[in-house]
Amino acid sequence: MHRLSSFFSNRSLGGLFPRLALAAIWMPGNGPQATPSIMAPASTPAHEIHALSYFVLSVTGGIFLVVAGLLTYAIIKFRAKDSDWNTEPAQIYGSTQIELAWTVIPVLIVIVLFLTTARLIFAIQDAPEPPSALNVMVIGHQFWWEFRYPSFGIVTANELHVPLSSDRSQVPTYLSLLSADVDHSFWVPQLAGKTDLIPNHPNSTWINPLQPGMYIGQCAQFCGAQHALMLLRVYVDTPEQFAAWVKNQQLPAVEDPSVIAGRQIFETQACINCHTIQGTVATGRFGPDLTHLMSRQTLAAGAMANNPANLRQWIKDPDTFKSGCLMPAMQLSDQQLDQVTAYLLTLR
Amino acid sequence: MSAIPAIPPAYEGEWRTPYRGKVAMFGLIIGESAIFTIFVVAYIFYIGKSLSGPTPQQVLEVPIFITICLLSSSFTIMLAERALARNRLGGFASWLGATICLGLIFLGGTAIEWHKLIYGDGLTISTNLFGTTYYSLVGLHATHVIIGLAMLSLVFLFTLAGRMGEQHAERFAVLAMYWHFVDAVWVVVFTVVYIIGR
Amino acid sequence: MAENSLPLPGSIDLAPERESTSSLVEWLHEWVVTVDHKRLGILYILYATFFLLVGGAEAIAIRIQLAVPGNHFLSAQVYNRFFTMHGTTMVFLVGMTYIFGFANYIIPLQLGARDMAFPRLNAFSFWLTAFGGLLLYYSFIGGGGLYGVGNAPDVGWFAYAPLTARAFSPGHAIDYWALALIVSGFGTVGTAINVIATVISMRCKGMTMMRMPLFSWLLLVVSGLTLVTITPLTAAQFMLLIDRYLGGHFFDTQAGGSAVIWMHFFWIFGHPEVYVLVLPAFAIANEVIPVFSRKAIFGYPAMVAASVGIAFVSLSVWAHHMFTVGMTSFSNTFFVLSTMLVGIPTGIKIFNWLATIWGGKIRFATPMLFCTAFLFQFLIAGLTGIMLSIAPWNWQLHNSYFVIAHFHYVLVGAIVFCIFAGFYYWYPKATGRMLSETLGKWHFWLFLIGFHVTFDTMHFVGILGMPRSIYTYEPDRGWNTLNFVVSSGGIIQGIAVLIFGLNLVWSYFHGRGAGNDPWDAWTLEWDTTSPPPPYNFAQEPEVRSRRPLWDVKHPEDPDWEYEG
Repeated sequence: MHRLSSFFSNRSLGGLFPRLALAAIWMPGNGPQATPSIMAPASTPAHEIHALSYFVLSVTGGIFLVVAGLLTYAIIKFRAKDSDWNTEPAQIYGSTQIELAWTVIPVLIVIVLFLTTARLIFAIQDAPEPPSALNVMVIGHQFWWEFRYPSFGIVTANELHVPLSSDRSQVPTYLSLLSADVDHSFWVPQLAGKTDLIPNHPNSTWINPLQPGMYIGQCAQFCGAQHALMLLRVYVDTPEQFAAWVKNQQLPAVEDPSVIAGRQIFETQACINCHTIQGTVATGRFGPDLTHLMSRQTLAAGAMANNPANLRQWIKDPDTFKSGCLMPAMQLSDQQLDQVTAYLLTLR
Repeated sequence: MSAIPAIPPAYEGEWRTPYRGKVAMFGLIIGESAIFTIFVVAYIFYIGKSLSGPTPQQVLEVPIFITICLLSSSFTIMLAERALARNRLGGFASWLGATICLGLIFLGGTAIEWHKLIYGDGLTISTNLFGTTYYSLVGLHATHVIIGLAMLSLVFLFTLAGRMGEQHAERFAVLAMYWHFVDAVWVVVFTVVYIIGR
Repeated sequence: MAENSLPLPGSIDLAPERESTSSLVEWLHEWVVTVDHKRLGILYILYATFFLLVGGAEAIAIRIQLAVPGNHFLSAQVYNRFFTMHGTTMVFLVGMTYIFGFANYIIPLQLGARDMAFPRLNAFSFWLTAFGGLLLYYSFIGGGGLYGVGNAPDVGWFAYAPLTARAFSPGHAIDYWALALIVSGFGTVGTAINVIATVISMRCKGMTMMRMPLFSWLLLVVSGLTLVTITPLTAAQFMLLIDRYLGGHFFDTQAGGSAVIWMHFFWIFGHPEVYVLVLPAFAIANEVIPVFSRKAIFGYPAMVAASVGIAFVSLSVWAHHMFTVGMTSFSNTFFVLSTMLVGIPTGIKIFNWLATIWGGKIRFATPMLFCTAFLFQFLIAGLTGIMLSIAPWNWQLHNSYFVIAHFHYVLVGAIVFCIFAGFYYWYPKATGRMLSETLGKWHFWLFLIGFHVTFDTMHFVGILGMPRSIYTYEPDRGWNTLNFVVSSGGIIQGIAVLIFGLNLVWSYFHGRGAGNDPWDAWTLEWDTTSPPPPYNFAQEPEVRSRRPLWDVKHPEDPDWEYEG
């Protein structure tokens, strides 16, 4: 059990961030796992919440044991015996002392819980951003995620890459949260609590991931028909992996002459109204940026694996996978579908 | 047999409970106050937040005259209540009529103001946040004035038909409570829209 | 005893038995035009029970869809309509109607009154509420709108803006949602006003406010709270309709409007609403637990004070539903504190009930079985509520299945269990027949098991990261088995409720005769026949204490010697 109270008792703004990160490494680190459990934290805010949750659980657990114990005792001990239905028990109308006691004790418990909670609220919400932090803009759409890295000039979708952080080299990622349409919520349980994306109401949150790997999350505020398939992947990359990823994302789209037919179909259809492919005439922003589509492992915000068959079927009829999503079926012929798919498959 | 305690009276003195009509109207007023509060909160929240269009400073004129009329009608209805309680039906009819007239002047003034805003200034409920919150709040209040005037007119008709008497004084007092509430709401709306919001 | 003006047990019915010569049409007509609080109470309760089955069917459909990942039992669109309608139905058409049904039936009887303060308003309010519910369900057929887009509302019972704007919800689904609830809201306000006027103005001689049965006290508090709870929702729904039809911008984020202000308005309604729903459950427990423990309620003044305190403090906690919305740390901290504070009077009530049982002689008839389970379940629900009030932990738990588990623990584990207790307790009074104890015990144990299988498990799937409002989930998240278990519990609960329905019907025809006072209870409703005559009491009662019938049954040891 970690002594949060003494740890946070010396809260100075400048030193707060390293303190939080330091606390995190005391706890056994969790790697990424298939089940996005809130009890398997891998990043500083999630670690802090996890520690507080154990404290609260022990308090509420204690209350439960005492009260439920008394209730159980009472319903067994004071059960009417069959022979005993003729007389009434002593009538007790109240007792000021007992009632005072059982008012004061809950008040004290509330004070303790409140102070512990208040400290952590300020620690997480008002944690000052260190200069080494990476800034990413997250824009929620129905039903996909747009990610922009202003410092690198990168735009991508649905799969967020962030650098690994550690106590020696702190590189937290600060996410500013916006929405293009309705309310969404960014939730990757192993990395942090969720924060909502609300139109006309910019929010921000931060993560400080301490173990590399891929973390699962999904939109946590009902946003319409396909809210359930607005999934989220966060890849926590080692510095080398991250640098390589950034370098690739900064390149314009691959120009492979063998798929020119597919490219022409793409550029003459309505595709370009919604999608962007860097270095081409496609500059639409309603749908995900496809410049490096094949660098992603899933399609349609995690709805299915990114493979040729799924990609072709998605373009043919999105409703197969995500009925109610906002991409229309493009009514392409089989040959056109083959060509466009072949083109998109080159966009690494 | 053990001693049975002597039975005390159920209650010392006369057993009286409040008049249910007043209690009910009080409840209605609380509920309606909550509705108005939400519209007032929305109005205050959106002050200065319109992205375009006419602002309150540009188009609103403080409606002093109709405000005086409406607030005076609280006074006249109180005099009507008193007259009815003393069975002075002529006085009752006069003061009730005066209340209705003052209410109608208020509504007329609102209509004129809205006409100017819509056709003169181009401010409608869909123009901007100010338009939306202004027409909703003032309109909600005006609706309550209309309902109040309808009830008062009904009573006025009963008076003309000779069917009102001092036995109805308690019930009329309930209606008067509603009318006072409508006036009190106007004080709040007036302050928020024409004083704070400008 | 001749001087004793307390009504004698088994009051003489001075009016002769009326011959029943009416045809079916005349009988139906009587029920449609009735203004008798007992009949209106029964109409409310029948209406609520019907929609309990409808809402329950929606829940079962939801759980079948979620029993396995990637299921195709319900499409995404149909699922979204079902979970929206399930929530809306259960809160407005089941919860509120049961509450006002019980209130209508019992309050005048407990107060020694002849009827509610405004019988015609009572009838009008019922029919408004009923019509509102039918309007809501008509949306399944009539919500199509232009080009057939639309149907039943599919935006969640909380209907967050701007998803409800015309741009994102074309068709008329949202309009049905808003209008139905506005209409039924007017009915709710009417009944609330009626209850307040009845409790304040219609008490019989000697029944001061501090001698009223706690059921009536708590329903007074609930009605007062309702007046300031439902009305913000009505206001917000008017604003939504203004946005959708008159081009307003209340929640139009493109015009500078705020999506967050909808949340504030909704939860200013939504949070006190759950206290409106739960306080009547406490009210029922306050009647059942003392009678079946054979002891007066422990700390009557504290129970009154706690209830009033809960009502006031509950108006200050609403934004604990909005901890993830991006409020300042100061605001979040404030709402943590207010939420924890409202837990204190609520917890105290559990202690008072414990102290009532303590030293008693508990008889575990079916009403008491349900109330005993209620005590444990409400304790757990309150504790998970405290967990959710911890804002940083809330940032993980919000909108996950942990929250759904918590609020169903309150709504089902506390409220439905107490409603069942109330049924078993007062059904004899309303019909003159006892409900079958055998079927009652089957009902209780099956429902208890089903409830725990479903809702205990549900806490864990939330902790494992499963969000709410999703029509399906990925198969590799580790949620599969837990979801299947949750769904099976739902089936068990469904069977239990069917047994309950069977009990209601069978006992009406074959139940043991109840007499005036089958439970040996102490409040005035047990002092008249079962069912009571239309005028309730042959003579207006006079009371000298909180338990007038105790005083009659124990003249050597009356309550008025001990009450301050």
